[in-house]
Amino acid sequence: MIVQDSEKLTGKPQEQIIGMLLRAGVVLAAIVVLAGGLLYLMQHGSEHPNYQQFHGAPDTLNSVRGVLQDTAALHNEGIIQLGLLLLVLTPIARVALSAVSFALEGDRMYVVITLIVLAVLLVSLFGIR
Amino acid sequence: MTVLLFTLLVWLVSVVVGFLGALTGLGGGTLIVPLLTLVFGVNIHYAMGASLISVIATSSGAAAAFLREGYTNLRLAMFLQVATTVGAIVGAFLVTLVSTAFIGVVFGLMLLYSAYLSGRLPPEVATTGPPDKYAERFNLNGVYPAAGGQQPYQVQHVPAGFAVMFGAGVVSSLLGIGSGALKVLGMDRIMRIPFKVSTTTSNFMIGVTAAAGAGAYLKLGYIEPTVTMPVMLGVLLGSMLGAKVLVRAEARTLRIVFAVLLALTGIEMIYKAVTGKV
Repeated sequence: MIVQDSEKLTGKPQEQIIGMLLRAGVVLAAIVVLAGGLLYLMQHGSEHPNYQQFHGAPDTLNSVRGVLQDTAALHNEGIIQLGLLLLVLTPIARVALSAVSFALEGDRMYVVITLIVLAVLLVSLFGIR
Repeated sequence: MTVLLFTLLVWLVSVVVGFLGALTGLGGGTLIVPLLTLVFGVNIHYAMGASLISVIATSSGAAAAFLREGYTNLRLAMFLQVATTVGAIVGAFLVTLVSTAFIGVVFGLMLLYSAYLSGRLPPEVATTGPPDKYAERFNLNGVYPAAGGQQPYQVQHVPAGFAVMFGAGVVSSLLGIGSGALKVLGMDRIMRIPFKVSTTTSNFMIGVTAAAGAGAYLKLGYIEPTVTMPVMLGVLLGSMLGAKVLVRAEARTLRIVFAVLLALTGIEMIYKAVTGKV
């Protein structure tokens, strides 16, 4: 297929698929957050929260690994945090898919640029503590 | 206030903010932090975490719809995201060094600037000018669907735009917002990109920039799940409803009301920050 302009990606089937995956990611994230939130409200709904002072979220909720362990233990806050993580992953997934898209077009420069962005995102999420 | 009441009220307010943001195209995210801190007494760091997450929700939610229309310039977005994501990480580092009063004042100024921007309608001009060598080197120029067929545009002042985008990334993590106002400044006014292209491209970039900041926020403990839950669900619902209502309405009156609201909130935020109440 010969591509002539610089708007090659928009409106193409792969972009439609990326769009659908994005929406699915957001919906899935919202469902998980809602489930965790309802469980949390059932158990703690009548308590009195204090969000005035900053203590930082509990340590188990401050890393990808911690969140996964907390979710596995079926803690409500862990489940909410897992949903939030899924949401954070949707734009990252979009960047990763864009790299594939550029590779399919044979645009090496933009594969490299996209991978740089992806690397920054992954370092931020999983990287150095 | 019980947890249940707090959650319901924050959710309701977030629905309204998300709705207004989508309807005016200005992103309501900027109002989440002041509302949580000034009205609900939430610590500003938790408010910033919840706000940054809600920014991702609106960006990804809207992106699917925007992609179909053929305005988003993916190369331009990716090129500028090198600047915004690195800026976001720098901002997340800076945020640990500055006082909450400083954050409050910068936030207030940002609100005032957003109010100024939203009070005026963006110019829809075809861009002409000498070709920028970086725009050609990085293949940033594009075309977009217009009334008379495909309309080409040339991106201008790439180095200056790149620098502003780095700043937008820093501000995004420093305040927990999408900093769409700064992205508009960089793309509309400096790089001279047509409004429809800059809006949709910036929407994509906002989500990616916020994701870079969110990773760092998570480690800093800013993302408190119980505060973020109603904000994320509310803003997502509100912005989806807003996108449905928004057909092609200019919503001029609404923009002005929104601008006044932003300005008043900005003044309140600066006042509270200076008097040590944030």
